Amino acid sequence: MARLVFMGRLEDVAGMGEMAVQAGPVEQVLAGLDPALAVELLGEKVRMALNGKLLTDMGGVVLVEGDELAFLPPVSGG
Amino acid sequence: MNWRFCLRSAVAEVRLALSPFDPAAEIAGFNARHPHAGGIVTFLGQVRAGGGVEALELQHYAPMTLPGMEELARIAQERWPVEGLLIVHRSGVMVPGDAIVLVCAAARHRRDAFAAADFAMDHLKSESWFWKREKAAQGWRWIEPRPEDHEDLSRWG
Repeated sequence: MARLVFMGRLEDVAGMGEMAVQAGPVEQVLAGLDPALAVELLGEKVRMALNGKLLTDMGGVVLVEGDELAFLPPVSGG
Repeated sequence: MNWRFCLRSAVAEVRLALSPFDPAAEIAGFNARHPHAGGIVTFLGQVRAGGGVEALELQHYAPMTLPGMEELARIAQERWPVEGLLIVHRSGVMVPGDAIVLVCAAARHRRDAFAAADFAMDHLKSESWFWKREKAAQGWRWIEPRPEDHEDLSRWG
């Protein structure tokens, strides 16, 4: 299994902070989600990090056992 | 061995606070550790009272938030000759009056201290891995970054 992590408002959209998913190509993982959630995750302003490292392009990314893919909406600190 | 790197890397103290911290004690400790600095700038961000906000929550992402803050401190130290730099940022639920973020910069001359603290704050506000929401009578609401936050960031090139 791999894990998806939803930060900020994406946690509300998903209804949970993280979700266990079958390992495999990211496109396939996203296709298995609620379409309303998948649309939000693929939003223009949402960045993705695989095991704590920002992805510049999710094309071709394949999740393997134990991977953590985080979805990061626009940040706001301070 | 690159001593310049060693000396500079030794001056930053960066912490993610998961429970309330006492800014006055942090500032006093920082000042005491930097007796040779001619100027120390401290910035405290706190949860403002009023406006119907009952609570503020900051979320962080453990694999990235603290490493990102450490990288920010490293860049600030590269750009300005600071003798000390302290960054403390809260994560979790806070109430009005609670400290959110503290930045202290100590330098031989004041302008470097002002600039390093200003730079660190602009980047903590809009480029560090935090997500913020406010609780009012209607419930919780996520806060998106304001256009001004991005303008602040663009000042640094």
